[in-house]
Amino acid sequence: MTEKKKDLGQEILKEINQDQAETEHVRKPFLGKAAIPLLAIVTGLIIGALLIALTSQSVYAAFGESIGKGFSQAFSEIGTAYKALFTGAIGDPVRMINALGSDDAKEIRQAFNPILESLVQSTPYIFAGLAVALGFRSGLFNIGVEGQLFIGAACATFVGYSITGLPAWIHMPLAFLAGALGGAFWGFIPGFLKAKTGGHEVINTIMMNWIAFRLTEWLLSGPMTRPSSGGMPISPIIEKSAEIPQFFPSPIRFHLGFFIALVVAYVIWWILFKTTWGLNLRTVGTNPRAAKYAGLSTTKSIILAMSLSGALAGMAGAVQILAVNRSMALGLSSGYGFDSIALALIGNTHPLGVVLASILFGTLRNGATRMMVVSSIPIDIVDVVQAIILMFVAAPAIIRSIYRLRKPKQEEEQIFLSGWGGQS
Amino acid sequence: MTTTSGVIEHKRIVEISTPRKIVMGVVEILIGLLIYLAFVAKTSEEALTKFVMTPGGIDQGLMADWILPSKLTLTILAVISLAIGLYQVIRGFGKWTNLMIGICALCLIFGFLVWQAADKSLNLAGMLSSAVLLAVPITLGAFSGILAERSGIINISIEGMMLMASMAAAVVGSVTKNAWLGLLGGILSSILLALILGVLSIKYKVNQTISGTVINIFSTGMTAFISQKFLQHIEGLNNPKMFSRVPLPGLADIPLIGPILFNQNLFVYLMFLILIILQVALFQTRWGLRLRSVGEHPKAADTLGINVIKTRYMGVILSGLVAGIAGAFFTLGSVGRFDEGMTAGKGFIGLAAMIFGNWMPLGAMGAGMLFGFADAIGSKLSLLGSTIPPQFMAMAPYLITMIVLAGFIGKGQAPAAEGEPYEKE
Repeated sequence: MTEKKKDLGQEILKEINQDQAETEHVRKPFLGKAAIPLLAIVTGLIIGALLIALTSQSVYAAFGESIGKGFSQAFSEIGTAYKALFTGAIGDPVRMINALGSDDAKEIRQAFNPILESLVQSTPYIFAGLAVALGFRSGLFNIGVEGQLFIGAACATFVGYSITGLPAWIHMPLAFLAGALGGAFWGFIPGFLKAKTGGHEVINTIMMNWIAFRLTEWLLSGPMTRPSSGGMPISPIIEKSAEIPQFFPSPIRFHLGFFIALVVAYVIWWILFKTTWGLNLRTVGTNPRAAKYAGLSTTKSIILAMSLSGALAGMAGAVQILAVNRSMALGLSSGYGFDSIALALIGNTHPLGVVLASILFGTLRNGATRMMVVSSIPIDIVDVVQAIILMFVAAPAIIRSIYRLRKPKQEEEQIFLSGWGGQS
Repeated sequence: MTTTSGVIEHKRIVEISTPRKIVMGVVEILIGLLIYLAFVAKTSEEALTKFVMTPGGIDQGLMADWILPSKLTLTILAVISLAIGLYQVIRGFGKWTNLMIGICALCLIFGFLVWQAADKSLNLAGMLSSAVLLAVPITLGAFSGILAERSGIINISIEGMMLMASMAAAVVGSVTKNAWLGLLGGILSSILLALILGVLSIKYKVNQTISGTVINIFSTGMTAFISQKFLQHIEGLNNPKMFSRVPLPGLADIPLIGPILFNQNLFVYLMFLILIILQVALFQTRWGLRLRSVGEHPKAADTLGINVIKTRYMGVILSGLVAGIAGAFFTLGSVGRFDEGMTAGKGFIGLAAMIFGNWMPLGAMGAGMLFGFADAIGSKLSLLGSTIPPQFMAMAPYLITMIVLAGFIGKGQAPAAEGEPYEKE
């Protein structure tokens, strides 16, 4: 499996370089492109640390005694919190090394569970991030990933539990596909409205989110409810044959879905950069006027892009149901939809970037769960940090002025998003 | 150019294209048919609908109950919609098109109520009164959007500003035990976010949709963080004094209208006040002309010596101010405490109301009222024992928003330079 991963990485890296050589004439080192996102992440974490210190009552109490005590208390709180974040996300290094030496397979698995769990958490992010990135590439802002994810999850769940007696090699892909189709349909509607009526996709996708929430609420407490649930809005458990397999015995949840996500990322990259359709889509996205003059159909492109974006979001929901949750409840998503916007932008709307950013965010969120247990810091701090990272990535000039970086010689690629009027 | 003429003339040109004219007419005819087929056909001849015309708990401006023959009322509503639709298809209503589809929508809603309440009693005045209250955040959100967008900045972060303001208002209101200071706190927090939006969009020229999203994510995370860290443990931080009902002397005694419009809390009156100020300021003053010119044609405005950057900052900050009032409404005017995510998409619905109202304050308020009404129906109908699942009723405002966006967005109505950063050459 590591071979596959490396292969994909190299392929995509090669493509980045080619892409740059084609479009920008000057080759920049990879780090140059990653510098802003990396610095943005570091700055975001620093501000997160400040927030932890500023909202801690014991820090204020210590400052009341003396300034030195205050600072040491602040640093120790930040230290505890971020240490919990790290061990929760990656694992305890000492325990990992000892486990490797001990030859005890169970202990090895458990020592490495945090990092594997981080990959589990990253999986829906990869799909959702790709969904938003694909939208951006075609000039569309899909904030509806959350709703598409819910609909996708509902469809996958339904196929997962209602059909029985199928062999796993048909049932599992079928359920996954159902999720993708459900999401695609939920993305198609705002895409169609945008293309045909000019109704802005930002508002429409948000409205579709709320409709999706209410709809799943109704489904889970009505037609799709578990007979023994006693009124709780929860679906029946899916059939064994619909499950996406996990590699290790419980409680380690690392599953095949992660690799499916990598393959899908590769496919999206291939579509975007290797096919004519992808080129058309990107042209519509970066320069709709030129696309119009070139005779490209923006209508078709918008509808297809939104549907595909929705399909990806639906896959995020499907993979979560089929591989991890195995039944659907209302608390399915911890805000993947909104997080994915940040992911897509931090990943520079490139599939490889999105994969990397997703792994980073999955890791952060996984660690934050432990941080919440250890230091009782609400997990929502991740959202705050994300917003700050997103802000810095969107406005690189701020990062440049903080770290006194030089301005790049040419303009960064701008994402084109139109106003309310639709296509100008 | 339509853009320049929009600046020079006071009124914007609303052009209705032929296909749009036809589509609108067909929609109106369909509404008429829907009323006839779904409601009239299923109502018995002698059914009576009783509407109570005084909201509960009010003793001023009383009015007798309305008792309507259900079937006859529904037939009249269907005929009105069909007539409007036919005229629309054949002749067209021109600039009244939006108003006419609004009337058809009202017929549909009223018809729905008559049908649902056939042989039952429904407190219509109570529903309208709560509709006005529910319309407040949406209408104020739309005003907030108008202020920003007329100056050329798309503000999709109204939702985030409202959420932050609702929390700040709750906390400040609880700590100081003063609702007015709470309101002020809410407004200030929202203005702060507006400043960030302004700096990102104007100074750093970040795509405005993205900078709005930054603020939305930040607000969602920050309010949830603070709520879980403090508000849920310390009761004294989330127990603000609310603005209570203040009947306006004289006006509150008017039957029906008095209890609905003039026996409400401060936020409803603020909504009317801002409506008047905005309508006058935007279209009758030099200030408004400048703001609009910056949104329509910044280069021309700059040539005439208007400071584009400064004007846009002003628009965004005022937008934050109004969004702050809208946010404070949730905690100080409606619920009385802060809950996570309590704005529930109202900021976005406000944007839809702004578009529906054609970027005009009066139109935006009309649209806001319509959304508020759709919201109120959902909560009241469950009391009537309706067979429709409450989740579907709750979908109504969102569905209406989408239909409105699909049907009403016309070309050349949004401020022309909206969404584009201004670069001096």
